Amino acid sequence: MANLKDLKNRISSVKSTRKITKAMQMVAAAKLRRAQEAAENARPYARKFDEVVGQLARSVGDSDTAPTLLRGTGQEETFLLIVMTSEKGLCGGFNANIAKKATRRIKALKDEGKTVKIITVGKKGRAAMRRTYGDMMIDHVDMSDVKRVGYGDAQEIARNVLDRFDEGEFDVANIYYGEFENAMTQIPTEQQIIPATFEEKDEDEKAQAGTVYEYEPSEEEILRDLLPKGVATQIFAALLENAASEQGARMTAMDNATRNADDMVDDLNREYNRTRQSVITNELIEIISGAEALNG
Amino acid sequence: MADLMQFDLVSPERRVASYKASAVKVPGTEGDMTAMPNHAPLITTLRPGVVHVDGENGSDEFVVTGGFAQITDEGISVLAEESYHRDEMSQEILDRMLADAAEKQRKAVEASHNDPGPADDAAKLLADMMAMGSHVGLSADQSNL
Repeated sequence: MANLKDLKNRISSVKSTRKITKAMQMVAAAKLRRAQEAAENARPYARKFDEVVGQLARSVGDSDTAPTLLRGTGQEETFLLIVMTSEKGLCGGFNANIAKKATRRIKALKDEGKTVKIITVGKKGRAAMRRTYGDMMIDHVDMSDVKRVGYGDAQEIARNVLDRFDEGEFDVANIYYGEFENAMTQIPTEQQIIPATFEEKDEDEKAQAGTVYEYEPSEEEILRDLLPKGVATQIFAALLENAASEQGARMTAMDNATRNADDMVDDLNREYNRTRQSVITNELIEIISGAEALNG
Repeated sequence: MADLMQFDLVSPERRVASYKASAVKVPGTEGDMTAMPNHAPLITTLRPGVVHVDGENGSDEFVVTGGFAQITDEGISVLAEESYHRDEMSQEILDRMLADAAEKQRKAVEASHNDPGPADDAAKLLADMMAMGSHVGLSADQSNL
């Protein structure tokens, strides 16, 4: 039987763990709110940008003079995967899910005989990818000094990626990140950023897209100017989604941990009381049987 | 008061301004232009400069560093990579922008010995930034770069 002293120690240790997980949950909740706000603020720009560039892209179409960022390099041999994860752990399956999504894609590409290159953003993703695909990793972006994701961070990553594209290092680039649905659910998402893709419009927007614009300078020149910015915009949106997802995942994970700790404390308390009772009973039996031996 | 149109100024990180205006002057790549209500639909890229807005409640000025503007008959949306209200603009921000532009110019000159295009573009960018700085009353002195 466990001894009373041990049980007492275990109870107090679980209780202090509970305090930590509870605090982490509350911190994550506060950060989540801020991250969601940031993502919300970024939406008008991204939406407008997509609308205008999408319109331009459709009107320029597949013409031979269209920028390669839109048209592609004409082949699909080398793929660049940009895997975005968090800097810190303790957020449930968040990082593992993103890594899994990317890994599945890598396997599929390998089977087709394509070349794969990987850039990781965030320490956790690097650790997960390095184990199996260390030889494919060409760069890592450290975000540990970044308290709040800014557009500048996205621009830096975009510049890195675009420079490599200009050097002809890859043909297609995809980003992987966790899309924030709510605090409970984050969806690992794959998005192609080079060549640029645009969502199909719904009926409403189609009608609006009928407007004929004048362009200054020419359509193609505007596109050439805007497409690199589009890469930064998409990376920025992904970074913000990722930040919100990470906090959401951590909040949920820490909530679960706190609840587990509650259960454990209950169980241990019950065991402690039971043990204490049986120790008392034992002592009583010893006293009574001792007294009876004297009387007899 | 003349007709009004919707004016939106957004940067990637936030919505900087959104209200009704009667005229908006934007620094287009090929020259400044003023948009008024019922303007023909037009999309133009921007150079670094100052957006001047005649709004419902007086006029306002915003600093933008490139991007583009979409003008429709109902309003104008300006999408700038970086944007500040005139009052938010400080010497530090300007210095940083100038340093970035100067760096870009240096790289462009290095990378393109035989092709003056990119170097000229970068020089123009830097000149635009300096003009913008002096417009809002900040020193565009480059001696400290």
